[in-house]
Formats: sequence, C-alpha cells, structure tokens
Amino acid sequence: MGNIVLEAKNLSKAYNHTKVVDNLDLRIEEGEIFGFLGPNGAGKTTTILMMLGLTEPTSGEVNIFGYNSTREPLKVKKITSYLPENVGFYEDLTAQENLKYITRLNGIPEREADSKIEEALEIVGLSKVARLEVGKYSKGMKQRLGMGAALVKEPKLAILDEPTTGIDPKGVEEILQLIVKMSKEQNITILLSSHLLYQVQKICTKIGIISQGRMVAQGTIKEIGENLRKGEKESGLEEKEEVLEVKANPQLTPDLIEAIRKMEGVRGVEKKTTDYSLEEIYIKYFREG
Amino acid sequence: MSSGLKVVFWKEMADYLGSRKFIILFIVILVTAVSLVYILSQSITANPTALSPDYMFLNLFTVSAGSLPSFIFFISFFGPLIGIIFGFDAINSERSKGTISTVLSQPIYRDALINGKFLAGLATIAIILISIILIILGLELGILGIVPNTEEISRMLMFFVASVIYIGFWLSLGILFSIVFRQTTTSALVAVMVWIFLAFFILMIASVIADQIVPLDQNSTLEMVAKNENIKNMIMRISPVVLFQEIIVALLNPSARAFGITSLIQATDLLPTPLPLSQSLMVIWPQFVGLIALMLICFAASYIIFMRQEIRAT
Repeated sequence: MGNIVLEAKNLSKAYNHTKVVDNLDLRIEEGEIFGFLGPNGAGKTTTILMMLGLTEPTSGEVNIFGYNSTREPLKVKKITSYLPENVGFYEDLTAQENLKYITRLNGIPEREADSKIEEALEIVGLSKVARLEVGKYSKGMKQRLGMGAALVKEPKLAILDEPTTGIDPKGVEEILQLIVKMSKEQNITILLSSHLLYQVQKICTKIGIISQGRMVAQGTIKEIGENLRKGEKESGLEEKEEVLEVKANPQLTPDLIEAIRKMEGVRGVEKKTTDYSLEEIYIKYFREG
Repeated sequence: MSSGLKVVFWKEMADYLGSRKFIILFIVILVTAVSLVYILSQSITANPTALSPDYMFLNLFTVSAGSLPSFIFFISFFGPLIGIIFGFDAINSERSKGTISTVLSQPIYRDALINGKFLAGLATIAIILISIILIILGLELGILGIVPNTEEISRMLMFFVASVIYIGFWLSLGILFSIVFRQTTTSALVAVMVWIFLAFFILMIASVIADQIVPLDQNSTLEMVAKNENIKNMIMRISPVVLFQEIIVALLNPSARAFGITSLIQATDLLPTPLPLSQSLMVIWPQFVGLIALMLICFAASYIIFMRQEIRAT
C-alpha cells in the first residue's frame, strides 16, 4: 500500500438541485495511473474541478496530500498540475513564453525557470518549435504543450482531463507514452479522465468507473472483473447437442476437469476462462446504470 | 501585493501595450490631439484675445476652434470607448480560449486574475493619457510659447486623475460585462449601448421626467424653471459622463462656481474672479466622489460575480 495522494469522501455537487456528482468516494495511491472512466456528462470534469478548488462541493470533501481542496486551494494547486479538456494557451505568445508565465505564476525563480521550461519542452518533443507562436500550433502540438505545462511545475499529482480528445491515432499514442513516462520517470501520480476504454486499459494501473455522478466500481481491471463475476450465475450444466457445457464460478479446478475427462463417453475437454475485458465491464455497468 | 497579482499585472500590461488595439487607439488619439492643437494654435495666433490672460494654458483645453470640438469634449467622448475597448473581453476571451483554466489551476488566488487585469488596464489608460497630455504640452510650448504656471500644472494633474477615474469606470464596466456575458460580441455591444444611453439619451429622459414633475409653460415663474432645471440635473448626474464633464469644467475653468441654472442666476451678482484649485475642488467634490463610487461599485460587482463563478472553459 502506497501513500494516499488523493482522497474524496462523500463528494457531491448539485446544480439547481440536480445532482451531478453524488456521494462520490475516490482514493488514489502514490505512483498509480488512475483511469477515471465514464461516459460524457457522468460528472468527471465537475469532480476534477472540485479536486482543484475551482468549484465548491455541495457537500463532502477532497484532500490532496492532506490539503483540503476547498480550504487550501493554493497548497493543492502548487503540487498538482491540471490539464483541462481543450487546453488553451495565449496564441500570440510562443510556447516558451506561455510556459514562462506558468512558472512565474508558480513562483519558480527566473534562473531555474528557463532550464525547467527547456526540459519540459524536450520531454514533450516541442524543443524545435519553442519559439513559435502557439497560434500556429496544431491541435496535437497544443495538447503536447499542455502536457509540458503540466510537467514544468514539477507536480506530485497530474490531473489530465480527456487528454486525447480530437487527436489523431499517432498523436494519441505519443500522449499515452508521455503519460507513462511522466509516471515512471518523474514519479508523478496520474489521474487520467477518459471515456475511451482501450487507452485506459492500456496504461492505467487502476480504474474507477463513474456513472451519473456515482462511483460504481473501483480497483484494478482484474478486481472489478472478479467482482462482476461474483454477481453472475452460479455454476451449472447445460447440454447443447453433442457438447456438455460446464460452468464453474469462480473457476474450474484441475480435479474437476480430470473428473469430467474420466467420465464415460467424453471424448475431449476444452477449457475456456472468461476474463472480463474492460469493455465488457464498462458496457455491463452502463447498461445497468 | 501578492506575487500572483504582480505576475498577472505585468503579463496583462505587456499584452495591452503590445496589442493591436492599443497601437491603433494611440495613433488615432495622437493624430486627433495633434491636429486639434495645430488648428487651435492657428486660430489663436490670428485672434489672441480668445484666451483669458490668467489661464492661457488651461484655456487651450477648453476652447474649441471652428468645427473641431475642444479637447475636454474629446476626452469625455473617447474616454468611454478606450475603457470599453480594454475591458469588454477581459474574462470571456480567457474563457473562450480556454486559458482561464490553465491560469487558475496555478497556485494563485482567483481574484489575482481580475485585480491584475483591472490594475493593468488602469495603468495602460494612465500611460495613454499622460503621454497625450505631455505631447500637447510640448506642442503648446513649441508653437505658441505658452508656459503653464504652477496653478495650471496642479489643475492639469487633477484633470489627469479625474480622467483616469472616469475611464476606469468604463474599464470596470467593460470587465463586468466580460464576466456576465460569455460572448465577447455581446459584452462589447451591451457596453456600447450603456455608453450611448449615459452619454446621449440620459438628457432626453431627464428632461421628460423633469417636465412631468414640474411642467413649464409661458407663465412659469423663475422659481419653477429653476426647480425643473434642478430635477433634470439630479437625474443627469446618474451618468458618469455628466459628472466628468462637470468636474473638468470646474478644473479647467477656474471661474466656474456652480452648475446648471443656479450658476446663471448667481453669476449676475458675482465678480468673475477665478477660484484657487482648493475651492474648485470643493465645488466638484460631490461629483468626484460620485465618479469614484461608480467605478468601485462596478468593480465590486465584477469581483463578487467572478468569485462565485465556476472556472470552466466554455
């Protein structure tokens, strides 16, 4: 068990009495890449805004490294980077100048700032265009600059809100690699919000599924799959023409397989394990939700 | 001054001073001011008695030559435009570009953004005004050889302060609309509408209301005319344009003692001696306070609304 980086307790947010986030509990440990999954409008961005103190929760609270997001937003924002969905930069300034503004807002001394900016731009692969106005950047480049902006303040936690929307497959791949790099090389804990399953499945160590403002499942993909299976039908037999289907939950033991093989008239045994893929988990939750 | 505020202030300053709107505005004002001075000096050289001998320098700002308006009319007319131009997209453009989330997710207080923008706007306006005044001063010295005396210099300083506050009101109005309206075009249009209303239509409305309360006809006594006029003036003083015009009249014309019809009635019994600056300030003190209050109310409203808003890019 690592240290707890982020903890949300009974977090709720209502707009005009409509609950957008409803008693949400969330816990992220150090070093994780946490996939915050949910369809559009599930309350992901609102939850994130509450984490950063950019909007006030109706009830409940969020603590990041022990600092309360609503009461001590400055301390939270000092160690947390936020990459908003559709990140924006000052288009008439260069990438380097934009990052400079961010380092200044973070109170990073001018001397250190330049080398940190250079390093961040190097990591996201924008060194060559550092002195180009951001207005001339493509969408993918802007998104990478957003990652650079998240890196430059050397945070302990990075909250990335839909970092791959509107980006071509190659760009998506680059960004996903960057996220893994951030996590492994810079030791940054990451919260990745997304509605795109395969990306989350690819890089996240843990996931939380949010639906209609509620956290419906949380854990590793395997854990969630197992939980789902517990709720499934118990073991049973089913006869289909020449085949006898034996279903066992949680699993077929070798003894059982051996016993079946020895049975009269059995010509062969085929073993199949059904692991829930994230997609199945997802569809299952949202059909029910 | 918190560090976040300082950073925002300098960034916005650099933005304003390097922006295209600043350069265009500066050129327009400069060209107009220079041609005003030029034509004025032409007509004054032809007819030197147009200026009062005591306050020749101040007179240059109040005298109008030919079809051209006077300099003070020019400021009271263009001032609102300058303020609105610098304020109308302050917050909503940050929203539409998505930069507001980037900036406010950094460790700064939320009010640093709005305070920094407002102060940077005020500073930019002060720079524009002071350079225009200095340019005019230089031209006057060069062309006409009129040297301002100390009284005139202190009056010019007060005029400068009043103008900054006046334009500051329009700046904070622009910022308020940039917070309330998500579209920059909406906030610009509404701000211009308010300006046109307060500058032009308020006079008509004030007359209509005054005539309703105290109807005038051919048999009306002087008292009733005065009452009607007073009501009209009270209503018109809602408008910062009117307040500002009264302030600069008193500042730049040292013999002004009162406004409206009272000034006409009293003037017949008074010697038209100029007042010292302190006395002129006494005359317009209520207007001055009113103007400052209007600016602060506008800014306070923007502040409160902004602090309660959710920071989410649109």
